[in-house]
Amino acid sequence: MLISHADDNMVAAQRLGELISNAPELEIDIAIGNTALDHLGVARALYTHATGVEGKGRGEDDLAMLRTERDYSNLLLVEQPNGDFAQTMVRQFLFDSYQGELWRELAESDDETVAGIAARALKENAYHWRFSSGWVIRLGDGTLESHHRTQAALDDLWQYTEELFENNHYRSAWERTVAAVVEEATLDLPNDPYQRTGGRSGFHTEHLGFLLAEMQWMQRSYPGLEW
Amino acid sequence: MRTATYDATSIREVLNRVVDPEIPVLTIEDLGILRRVDIIDDRVRVSITPTYSGCPAMRQIEDDVRSALADEGINDVDVRMVHFPAWTTDWITEDGHRKLANFGIAPPTTEIEVVCPRCEASSPNMIARFGSTACKALMVCSSCGEPFDYFKEF
Repeated sequence: MLISHADDNMVAAQRLGELISNAPELEIDIAIGNTALDHLGVARALYTHATGVEGKGRGEDDLAMLRTERDYSNLLLVEQPNGDFAQTMVRQFLFDSYQGELWRELAESDDETVAGIAARALKENAYHWRFSSGWVIRLGDGTLESHHRTQAALDDLWQYTEELFENNHYRSAWERTVAAVVEEATLDLPNDPYQRTGGRSGFHTEHLGFLLAEMQWMQRSYPGLEW
Repeated sequence: MRTATYDATSIREVLNRVVDPEIPVLTIEDLGILRRVDIIDDRVRVSITPTYSGCPAMRQIEDDVRSALADEGINDVDVRMVHFPAWTTDWITEDGHRKLANFGIAPPTTEIEVVCPRCEASSPNMIARFGSTACKALMVCSSCGEPFDYFKEF
Protein backbone atom coordinates (compact mmCIF):
# COMPACT_ATOMS: atom_id res chain seq x y z
CA MET A 1 0.00 0.00 0.00
CA LEU A 2 2.95 2.33 0.63
CA ILE A 3 3.90 2.07 -3.03
CA SER A 4 0.33 2.87 -4.08
CA HIS A 5 0.42 6.04 -2.00
CA ALA A 6 3.81 6.90 -3.47
CA ASP A 7 2.41 6.30 -6.97
CA ASP A 8 -0.46 8.73 -6.29
CA ASN A 9 2.06 11.41 -5.41
CA MET A 10 4.39 10.61 -8.30
CA VAL A 11 1.60 10.82 -10.88
CA ALA A 12 0.13 13.95 -9.26
CA ALA A 13 3.57 15.60 -9.38
CA GLN A 14 4.02 14.75 -13.05
CA ARG A 15 0.52 15.98 -14.00
CA LEU A 16 0.90 19.25 -12.12
CA GLY A 17 4.41 19.65 -13.49
CA GLU A 18 2.93 19.87 -17.00
CA LEU A 19 1.45 23.22 -16.00
CA ILE A 20 4.73 24.83 -14.96
CA SER A 21 5.13 27.89 -17.21
CA ASN A 22 1.65 27.13 -18.61
CA ALA A 23 -0.63 28.12 -15.72
CA PRO A 24 -3.12 30.99 -16.16
CA GLU A 25 -1.08 33.45 -14.10
CA LEU A 26 2.24 33.69 -12.29
CA GLU A 27 0.99 33.12 -8.73
CA ILE A 28 -0.98 30.07 -9.85
CA ASP A 29 2.04 28.78 -11.72
CA ILE A 30 4.19 29.04 -8.59
CA ALA A 31 1.51 27.50 -6.39
CA ILE A 32 1.12 24.55 -8.75
CA GLY A 33 4.89 24.15 -9.09
CA ASN A 34 5.29 24.14 -5.30
CA THR A 35 2.48 21.63 -4.91
CA ALA A 36 4.04 19.38 -7.56
CA LEU A 37 7.36 19.52 -5.71
CA ASP A 38 5.66 18.56 -2.44
CA HIS A 39 4.07 15.52 -4.11
CA LEU A 40 7.37 14.57 -5.72
CA GLY A 41 9.15 14.82 -2.37
CA VAL A 42 6.55 12.61 -0.69
CA ALA A 43 6.76 10.07 -3.52
CA ARG A 44 10.56 9.93 -3.24
CA ALA A 45 10.50 9.53 0.54
CA LEU A 46 7.90 6.74 0.35
CA TYR A 47 9.64 4.92 -2.52
CA THR A 48 12.95 5.09 -0.68
CA HIS A 49 11.37 3.81 2.50
CA ALA A 50 9.43 1.05 0.70
CA THR A 51 12.53 -0.22 -1.13
CA GLY A 52 14.49 -0.16 2.14
CA VAL A 53 11.79 -2.25 3.83
CA GLU A 54 11.61 -4.76 0.97
CA GLY A 55 15.44 -5.06 0.91
CA LYS A 56 15.73 -6.27 -2.69
CA GLY A 57 18.29 -3.69 -3.67
CA ARG A 58 15.81 -1.60 -5.67
CA GLY A 59 15.87 2.17 -5.27
CA GLU A 60 13.44 5.06 -5.75
CA ASP A 61 14.39 5.46 -9.42
CA ASP A 62 13.65 1.81 -10.19
CA LEU A 63 10.13 2.22 -8.87
CA ALA A 64 9.44 5.59 -10.48
CA MET A 65 11.16 5.18 -13.81
CA LEU A 66 11.19 1.48 -14.67
CA ARG A 67 7.71 0.23 -13.90
CA THR A 68 4.93 0.08 -16.50
CA GLU A 69 1.28 1.09 -16.17
CA ARG A 70 0.28 -2.36 -14.97
CA ASP A 71 2.74 -2.01 -12.08
CA TYR A 72 1.59 1.47 -11.12
CA SER A 73 -1.24 1.35 -8.58
CA ASN A 74 -2.17 5.03 -8.34
CA LEU A 75 -5.76 6.23 -8.22
CA LEU A 76 -7.43 6.77 -11.60
CA LEU A 77 -8.37 10.26 -10.45
CA VAL A 78 -4.82 11.63 -10.30
CA GLU A 79 -3.87 10.44 -13.78
CA GLN A 80 -6.74 12.33 -15.45
CA PRO A 81 -5.51 15.07 -17.80
CA ASN A 82 -5.33 18.69 -16.70
CA GLY A 83 -8.04 19.77 -19.15
CA ASP A 84 -9.08 23.36 -18.48
CA PHE A 85 -8.22 25.09 -15.22
CA ALA A 86 -11.55 24.07 -13.65
CA GLN A 87 -10.80 20.42 -14.44
CA THR A 88 -7.35 20.69 -12.83
CA MET A 89 -8.67 22.39 -9.71
CA VAL A 90 -11.63 20.02 -9.23
CA ARG A 91 -9.33 17.00 -9.64
CA GLN A 92 -6.86 18.41 -7.12
CA PHE A 93 -9.63 19.37 -4.72
CA LEU A 94 -11.14 15.86 -4.72
CA PHE A 95 -7.65 14.38 -4.31
CA ASP A 96 -6.51 16.88 -1.63
CA SER A 97 -9.67 16.16 0.37
CA TYR A 98 -8.79 12.45 0.24
CA GLN A 99 -5.13 12.95 1.12
CA GLY A 100 -6.04 15.01 4.18
CA GLU A 101 -7.78 11.93 5.62
CA LEU A 102 -4.95 9.65 4.51
CA TRP A 103 -2.13 11.67 6.10
CA ARG A 104 -4.11 12.18 9.30
CA GLU A 105 -4.35 8.42 9.68
CA LEU A 106 -0.78 7.60 8.60
CA ALA A 107 0.67 10.26 10.92
CA GLU A 108 -0.31 7.82 13.70
CA SER A 109 1.40 4.87 12.01
CA ASP A 110 3.53 2.48 14.08
CA ASP A 111 6.19 2.82 11.41
CA GLU A 112 7.98 6.00 12.55
CA THR A 113 9.31 6.89 9.12
CA VAL A 114 5.82 6.68 7.61
CA ALA A 115 4.43 8.68 10.55
CA GLY A 116 7.04 11.41 10.02
CA ILE A 117 6.50 11.60 6.26
CA ALA A 118 2.73 11.73 6.79
CA ALA A 119 2.89 14.37 9.54
CA ARG A 120 4.83 16.64 7.22
CA ALA A 121 2.58 15.89 4.23
CA LEU A 122 -0.50 16.66 6.33
CA LYS A 123 0.74 20.21 6.93
CA GLU A 124 1.53 20.64 3.24
CA ASN A 125 -1.88 19.24 2.38
CA ALA A 126 -3.52 22.10 4.28
CA TYR A 127 -1.91 24.53 1.84
CA HIS A 128 -2.80 22.42 -1.20
CA TRP A 129 -6.39 22.05 -0.05
CA ARG A 130 -6.85 25.74 0.71
CA PHE A 131 -5.64 26.54 -2.81
CA SER A 132 -7.72 23.94 -4.68
CA SER A 133 -10.91 24.37 -2.62
CA GLY A 134 -10.55 28.16 -2.87
CA TRP A 135 -10.46 27.95 -6.64
CA VAL A 136 -13.38 25.52 -6.83
CA ILE A 137 -15.45 28.03 -4.83
CA ARG A 138 -14.31 31.02 -6.89
CA LEU A 139 -14.89 29.28 -10.20
CA GLY A 140 -18.17 27.64 -9.19
CA ASP A 141 -19.53 30.86 -7.72
CA GLY A 142 -17.93 32.96 -10.47
CA THR A 143 -19.20 33.73 -13.96
CA LEU A 144 -21.80 31.70 -15.83
CA GLU A 145 -19.01 30.25 -17.97
CA SER A 146 -16.74 29.29 -15.04
CA HIS A 147 -19.72 27.81 -13.18
CA HIS A 148 -20.65 25.59 -16.14
CA ARG A 149 -17.10 24.43 -16.65
CA THR A 150 -16.57 23.63 -12.98
CA GLN A 151 -19.84 21.70 -12.82
CA ALA A 152 -18.81 19.82 -15.98
CA ALA A 153 -15.44 18.94 -14.41
CA LEU A 154 -17.12 17.73 -11.22
CA ASP A 155 -19.61 15.62 -13.20
CA ASP A 156 -16.83 14.14 -15.30
CA LEU A 157 -14.40 13.34 -12.46
CA TRP A 158 -17.02 11.98 -10.08
CA GLN A 159 -16.76 8.51 -11.69
CA TYR A 160 -13.25 8.16 -10.22
CA THR A 161 -14.19 8.92 -6.61
CA GLU A 162 -15.51 5.53 -5.48
CA GLU A 163 -11.97 4.23 -5.73
CA LEU A 164 -10.75 6.70 -3.08
CA PHE A 165 -12.41 4.58 -0.41
CA GLU A 166 -10.93 1.17 -1.15
CA ASN A 167 -9.54 -0.35 2.05
CA ASN A 168 -10.21 2.66 4.26
CA HIS A 169 -12.97 4.42 6.14
CA TYR A 170 -12.51 7.95 4.78
CA ARG A 171 -15.82 8.15 2.93
CA SER A 172 -17.98 9.99 5.44
CA ALA A 173 -15.32 12.58 6.36
CA TRP A 174 -14.46 13.09 2.69
CA GLU A 175 -18.12 13.49 1.72
CA ARG A 176 -18.67 16.09 4.44
CA THR A 177 -15.62 18.10 3.34
CA VAL A 178 -16.52 17.92 -0.35
CA ALA A 179 -20.23 18.64 0.12
CA ALA A 180 -19.51 21.81 2.13
CA VAL A 181 -17.22 23.23 -0.56
CA VAL A 182 -19.52 22.18 -3.41
CA GLU A 183 -22.40 23.96 -1.69
CA GLU A 184 -20.38 27.13 -1.12
CA ALA A 185 -19.34 26.97 -4.77
CA THR A 186 -23.07 26.88 -5.72
CA LEU A 187 -22.45 23.60 -7.56
CA ASP A 188 -24.46 20.39 -7.47
CA LEU A 189 -23.10 17.12 -6.15
CA PRO A 190 -23.29 14.58 -8.99
CA ASN A 191 -25.46 11.53 -8.41
CA ASP A 192 -24.42 9.46 -11.41
CA PRO A 193 -23.96 5.91 -10.05
CA TYR A 194 -21.47 4.96 -12.80
CA GLN A 195 -18.05 4.47 -11.21
CA ARG A 196 -14.73 3.30 -12.60
CA THR A 197 -12.18 1.57 -10.41
CA GLY A 198 -9.09 -0.56 -10.97
CA GLY A 199 -6.19 1.82 -10.49
CA ARG A 200 -5.13 0.15 -7.26
CA SER A 201 -4.70 -3.15 -9.11
CA GLY A 202 -3.00 -1.62 -12.14
CA PHE A 203 -5.96 -1.30 -14.53
CA HIS A 204 -5.73 2.28 -15.66
CA THR A 205 -7.43 4.71 -17.99
CA GLU A 206 -5.67 5.36 -21.28
CA HIS A 207 -4.03 8.52 -19.90
CA LEU A 208 -1.45 6.95 -17.59
CA GLY A 209 0.54 5.27 -20.35
CA PHE A 210 1.18 8.58 -22.10
CA LEU A 211 2.15 10.23 -18.83
CA LEU A 212 4.64 7.48 -18.01
CA ALA A 213 6.01 7.45 -21.55
CA GLU A 214 6.92 11.09 -21.25
CA MET A 215 8.19 10.81 -17.69
CA GLN A 216 10.27 7.67 -18.22
CA TRP A 217 11.56 8.31 -21.74
CA MET A 218 14.99 9.55 -20.69
CA GLN A 219 15.67 6.66 -18.31
CA ARG A 220 14.39 4.09 -20.82
CA SER A 221 16.49 5.50 -23.67
CA TYR A 222 19.63 5.95 -21.61
CA PRO A 223 19.47 3.27 -18.89
CA GLY A 224 21.24 4.23 -15.69
CA LEU A 225 21.52 7.86 -16.71
CA GLU A 226 22.15 10.22 -13.81
CA TRP A 227 22.19 14.00 -13.62
CA MET B 1 45.87 14.97 3.48
CA ARG B 2 45.42 15.91 7.08
CA THR B 3 44.66 13.33 9.67
CA ALA B 4 41.80 14.71 11.67
CA THR B 5 41.10 14.24 15.30
CA TYR B 6 37.54 15.06 16.10
CA ASP B 7 34.60 14.43 18.32
CA ALA B 8 30.89 15.17 18.04
CA THR B 9 31.35 18.69 19.45
CA SER B 10 34.08 19.70 17.01
CA ILE B 11 32.05 18.27 14.16
CA ARG B 12 29.05 20.34 15.19
CA GLU B 13 31.29 23.41 15.09
CA VAL B 14 32.29 22.58 11.53
CA LEU B 15 28.68 21.95 10.57
CA ASN B 16 27.79 25.36 11.95
CA ARG B 17 29.29 26.73 8.74
CA VAL B 18 26.73 24.90 6.60
CA VAL B 19 23.94 27.27 5.62
CA ASP B 20 20.62 26.93 3.86
CA PRO B 21 21.41 27.60 0.18
CA GLU B 22 18.15 29.56 -0.24
CA ILE B 23 18.45 31.56 2.99
CA PRO B 24 22.21 31.88 3.50
CA VAL B 25 21.90 33.69 6.84
CA LEU B 26 20.55 30.52 8.49
CA THR B 27 22.81 27.64 9.44
CA ILE B 28 21.41 24.12 9.59
CA GLU B 29 21.68 24.47 13.36
CA ASP B 30 19.53 27.65 13.29
CA LEU B 31 16.98 25.83 11.14
CA GLY B 32 16.81 23.01 13.64
CA ILE B 33 17.33 20.33 11.01
CA LEU B 34 20.67 19.07 12.34
CA ARG B 35 19.40 16.35 14.61
CA ARG B 36 22.37 14.26 15.68
CA VAL B 37 26.05 13.77 15.17
CA ASP B 38 27.33 10.30 16.02
CA ILE B 39 30.72 8.77 15.59
CA ILE B 40 30.49 5.06 15.04
CA ASP B 41 33.79 3.21 14.49
CA ASP B 42 35.50 6.36 13.13
CA ARG B 43 32.64 6.90 10.74
CA VAL B 44 30.75 10.16 11.18
CA ARG B 45 27.00 9.92 10.96
CA VAL B 46 25.12 13.18 10.54
CA SER B 47 21.34 12.92 10.95
CA ILE B 48 19.25 15.58 9.27
CA THR B 49 15.48 16.03 9.18
CA PRO B 50 14.10 17.37 5.90
CA THR B 51 11.96 20.50 6.06
CA TYR B 52 9.35 20.48 3.29
CA SER B 53 8.79 17.35 1.20
CA GLY B 54 9.43 19.40 -1.89
CA CYS B 55 12.44 21.36 -0.69
CA PRO B 56 15.14 21.03 -3.38
CA ALA B 57 17.72 22.48 -0.97
CA MET B 58 17.94 19.23 1.00
CA ARG B 59 20.22 17.55 -1.55
CA GLN B 60 22.43 20.65 -1.61
CA ILE B 61 22.61 20.69 2.19
CA GLU B 62 23.63 17.03 2.18
CA ASP B 63 26.45 17.80 -0.27
CA ASP B 64 27.49 20.88 1.73
CA VAL B 65 27.72 18.81 4.93
CA ARG B 66 30.04 16.39 3.17
CA SER B 67 32.23 19.09 1.69
CA ALA B 68 32.47 21.08 4.97
CA LEU B 69 33.70 17.92 6.71
CA ALA B 70 35.97 16.99 3.79
CA ASP B 71 37.64 20.42 4.14
CA GLU B 72 38.63 19.29 7.65
CA GLY B 73 39.97 16.01 6.36
CA ILE B 74 36.93 14.04 7.47
CA ASN B 75 35.79 11.90 4.56
CA ASP B 76 34.12 8.89 6.10
CA VAL B 77 30.70 10.50 6.44
CA ASP B 78 27.21 9.11 6.31
CA VAL B 79 24.39 11.66 6.00
CA ARG B 80 21.05 10.21 7.01
CA MET B 81 17.58 11.62 6.50
CA VAL B 82 15.49 11.14 9.62
CA HIS B 83 11.78 11.68 8.95
CA PHE B 84 10.47 11.24 12.48
CA PRO B 85 9.44 13.34 14.24
CA ALA B 86 8.61 15.68 11.37
CA TRP B 87 10.35 19.04 11.30
CA THR B 88 8.41 22.08 12.42
CA THR B 89 9.26 25.78 12.30
CA ASP B 90 9.16 25.63 16.13
CA TRP B 91 12.65 24.13 15.84
CA ILE B 92 14.08 27.31 14.31
CA THR B 93 16.18 28.87 17.07
CA GLU B 94 15.62 32.34 18.56
CA ASP B 95 18.84 33.34 16.90
CA GLY B 96 17.41 32.06 13.64
CA HIS B 97 14.30 34.22 14.10
CA ARG B 98 16.46 37.32 14.59
CA LYS B 99 18.62 36.55 11.57
CA LEU B 100 15.56 36.05 9.38
CA ALA B 101 14.04 39.39 10.41
CA ASN B 102 17.36 41.19 9.81
CA PHE B 103 17.56 39.54 6.40
CA GLY B 104 14.13 40.95 5.48
CA ILE B 105 12.13 37.75 5.92
CA ALA B 106 9.32 37.77 8.48
CA PRO B 107 10.05 34.85 10.82
CA PRO B 108 7.46 32.11 11.34
CA THR B 109 4.42 33.00 13.40
CA THR B 110 0.69 32.80 12.69
CA GLU B 111 -0.43 34.72 9.61
CA ILE B 112 -2.31 37.33 11.66
CA GLU B 113 0.72 38.02 13.86
CA VAL B 114 3.16 38.74 11.04
CA VAL B 115 4.83 42.15 11.17
CA CYS B 116 6.66 43.88 8.33
CA PRO B 117 10.39 43.11 8.71
CA ARG B 118 11.21 46.64 7.45
CA CYS B 119 8.90 49.01 9.35
CA GLU B 120 7.44 46.56 11.91
CA ALA B 121 3.87 47.57 11.08
CA SER B 122 1.30 44.85 11.73
CA SER B 123 -1.53 43.50 9.52
CA PRO B 124 0.27 43.05 6.19
CA ASN B 125 -1.72 41.65 3.26
CA MET B 126 -1.18 38.17 1.88
CA ILE B 127 -0.32 38.19 -1.83
CA ALA B 128 0.51 34.53 -2.43
CA ARG B 129 0.67 31.64 0.03
CA PHE B 130 3.05 29.85 -2.30
CA GLY B 131 6.10 32.05 -2.63
CA SER B 132 9.62 31.99 -4.00
CA THR B 133 10.45 28.77 -2.12
CA ALA B 134 8.36 26.06 -0.46
CA CYS B 135 8.85 27.62 2.98
CA LYS B 136 7.87 31.18 2.12
CA ALA B 137 4.76 33.18 1.28
CA LEU B 138 4.68 36.63 -0.30
CA MET B 139 3.10 39.47 1.67
CA VAL B 140 2.94 43.23 1.29
CA CYS B 141 3.12 45.76 4.12
CA SER B 142 -0.05 47.82 4.47
CA SER B 143 1.94 50.68 5.99
CA CYS B 144 5.22 51.13 4.06
CA GLY B 145 3.96 49.32 0.96
CA GLU B 146 7.02 47.04 0.65
CA PRO B 147 6.48 43.46 -0.44
CA PHE B 148 8.33 40.89 1.67
CA ASP B 149 8.76 37.17 2.21
CA TYR B 150 7.17 35.49 5.20
CA PHE B 151 8.59 32.22 6.48
CA LYS B 152 5.39 30.19 6.82
CA GLU B 153 4.56 28.67 10.17
CA PHE B 154 4.75 24.92 9.60
